Amino acid sequence: MNITVRERTAAQRLTIVDCDIHPAFRTPAELHPFLPERWREHVKTFGEHVRHGLTGQLPYPRMMAAGMRVDSFPEQGPPGSDLDLMRRQHLDMNGVEVGMLMPLSRAGMEERNLDFAGALARAVNDWQLERWVGEEPRLRAGIVVPQEDAVFSVEEIERRADDARFVQILMSPRSSDPLGHRRYWPIYAAAERARRPIGLHVQGYSGGHASTGSGWPTYYMQEHYAMVGNMQAVMTSLIFEGVFARFPNLKIVLIEGGFAWVPALSWRMDKHWERMRKETPHVTRPPSEYVREHFYFTTQPIEEPENPRDLAAIMELIGYDRLMFSTDYPHWDFDDPHRAFKTQLTEEQRAQVFRDNAKALYAL
Amino acid sequence: MQVPNGAIDCDLHPAMPPASALLRYLPDYWRDQFANRHIDRMGFQLTSYPPNAPLSARPDWRGPTGTPGGDLDLLRCEALDRFGTRLAICNPLHGAIALFNEDMAAALCAAVNDWVARELLDREPRLRASIVVPTHDPHAAVAEIERVAADQRFVQIMLLAMGDLMLGRRLYWPIYAAAERLQLPIGIHAGSTYQRAPTPAGWPSHKLEDYVAQSSAFENQLVSFVTEGVFQKFPTLKLVLSESGITWLPPLMWRTGKLWRGVRPEVPWLDRAPAEIIRAHVRLTLQPIDAPFGQPELLARTLEQLGSDEMLLFSTDFPHWHFDGDDVLPGGLSDALVRKLMIDNPLTTYPRLREGAVLRDNPAQREETVR
Repeated sequence: MNITVRERTAAQRLTIVDCDIHPAFRTPAELHPFLPERWREHVKTFGEHVRHGLTGQLPYPRMMAAGMRVDSFPEQGPPGSDLDLMRRQHLDMNGVEVGMLMPLSRAGMEERNLDFAGALARAVNDWQLERWVGEEPRLRAGIVVPQEDAVFSVEEIERRADDARFVQILMSPRSSDPLGHRRYWPIYAAAERARRPIGLHVQGYSGGHASTGSGWPTYYMQEHYAMVGNMQAVMTSLIFEGVFARFPNLKIVLIEGGFAWVPALSWRMDKHWERMRKETPHVTRPPSEYVREHFYFTTQPIEEPENPRDLAAIMELIGYDRLMFSTDYPHWDFDDPHRAFKTQLTEEQRAQVFRDNAKALYAL
Repeated sequence: MQVPNGAIDCDLHPAMPPASALLRYLPDYWRDQFANRHIDRMGFQLTSYPPNAPLSARPDWRGPTGTPGGDLDLLRCEALDRFGTRLAICNPLHGAIALFNEDMAAALCAAVNDWVARELLDREPRLRASIVVPTHDPHAAVAEIERVAADQRFVQIMLLAMGDLMLGRRLYWPIYAAAERLQLPIGIHAGSTYQRAPTPAGWPSHKLEDYVAQSSAFENQLVSFVTEGVFQKFPTLKLVLSESGITWLPPLMWRTGKLWRGVRPEVPWLDRAPAEIIRAHVRLTLQPIDAPFGQPELLARTLEQLGSDEMLLFSTDFPHWHFDGDDVLPGGLSDALVRKLMIDNPLTTYPRLREGAVLRDNPAQREETVR
């Protein structure tokens, strides 16, 4: 009897698209075969050149096991580096139909030496194919670009554009200038041509600016929160610099930035735009309309209001067609697809958020 | 909605004097320096509030030459009489707080405070003021607070939302100790000294973007105060967020609540959820209302999510242009809440207003106390 019930539940369970999975290198040297000889030597001799005081470690140490789920450590290598374990404890177990790879470490977005940054990005893109997507057809790659070098970024996008295994373009929201600045526009033009959305995952210290407009946080708790402000800054900049007036087909995915803040920021932008719009005549419609048309949000870490109905109200305002489920596997603040939503979704909403929105956006 | 009589306006901005008018409030050394270096001809205009920008002043709240806020008569007529205001707190937006030279900043802040006392508070008994301080030299700031706070008409200490360092940090705690001792709330006001890029992704192109980014700045400062344990250390301290907007706060409470459950071992002094701490210690001024005009149900929902009717403080934000005519109160507020935010909440938040408020009902004593 019990067995029957369990089988029926499993059969009826919705398959999901997980929009945020972090693959890792088994060893730091795993990337080296993907780098040209010149850069293999460089990385051995000089290492990375980043804009913060501690190389190769987190300036805000995480709360447990370097920010990883304690059950996600394979026998060898760090969490996220073992495909079999990822299959067993996540892809199979949670019914993941498609998973988006989000390579964060040493992908070139933070590197100051732009030649090296380009080599790293290209290597990470090859590595995603060979180590992950080639081995596991449920996974999809992102075209990592070193955003401060728009010329190389465009080249890399064009180089990968015909490969359907790359479903989006990944760059850092912690850029040297706010991402609406025109130095990044060639990347958006290339994205439009390649028909790929831009995925912006919360990121370390790429551009070197403090995490807040008033300096650096002291604690990880603050640093974690400051990522909201980063996403708000990106949204504000893309809209008021006129990026969407210029690139009407561009889609932006904000990854791991939360979403409960979106209606409040939309209202704020609308209000002050109304008063100050002479300063930005290229923004011809209320900012909230650009938000509604051009932005998608992954759900983890999902906000948990005291009253669950408030979450439903927020999702209603943003639109159920703009939210895409993500787990952040194997990080410590992983959202479990069965438990993350503390509010009721209709069957249709559930299908949209857990699967269909991502399928439509990424043409899966 | 009708504004009930006797409102207390917790954020308005009188026009600041030219530096030349502050010379008489400076000590000899600085008076010489200002004259010799032509510092007395400088504008000390904060970048955050360009005087001719629409946000900086309503068209009918400019003086004959366009000065935001005009003179004291305009302020009396438009900001006080118009709304039946019995007390109003001036937040002086003066460039003194953005100077790098800490000695010059201290001297100029003192001059601004003295100018405010003589030229505004002495001349208009309904006015109260915040103390401006050289924030980046906390010891000088404390000395200035102690000097000025002898005058009970100074009711708050004003800091800017964006500066060099996060305001919850321990090096600023002497300021909060003084604030608690002297019953002065800390008022964080919108604006930046631009010692840092306004966003973690650098410098936006437009002033409009900077103004939008103020809410992120308030969010991060609030998280800084909570996380650093400022309210555990100073349990009677009140923090007033001025010109911050309101609707961003419930999502902040939700996110920090979840976050706190995950990171408690990092901040073991946080013995309560951030939302509880915020409700007990944090207040927000009303304008600008950042919920959509014409959809009062959205503002009403935000207010319900705040989970407290004690957090809002009435403000016009005169002369900044956030509303037209007399529409200072948005739709979506109950009569009971209006009474709370216009009268009761300010009196609870600012102990130094209570004396003045009692006086207002007892005209016989009035002259004596307001001097």
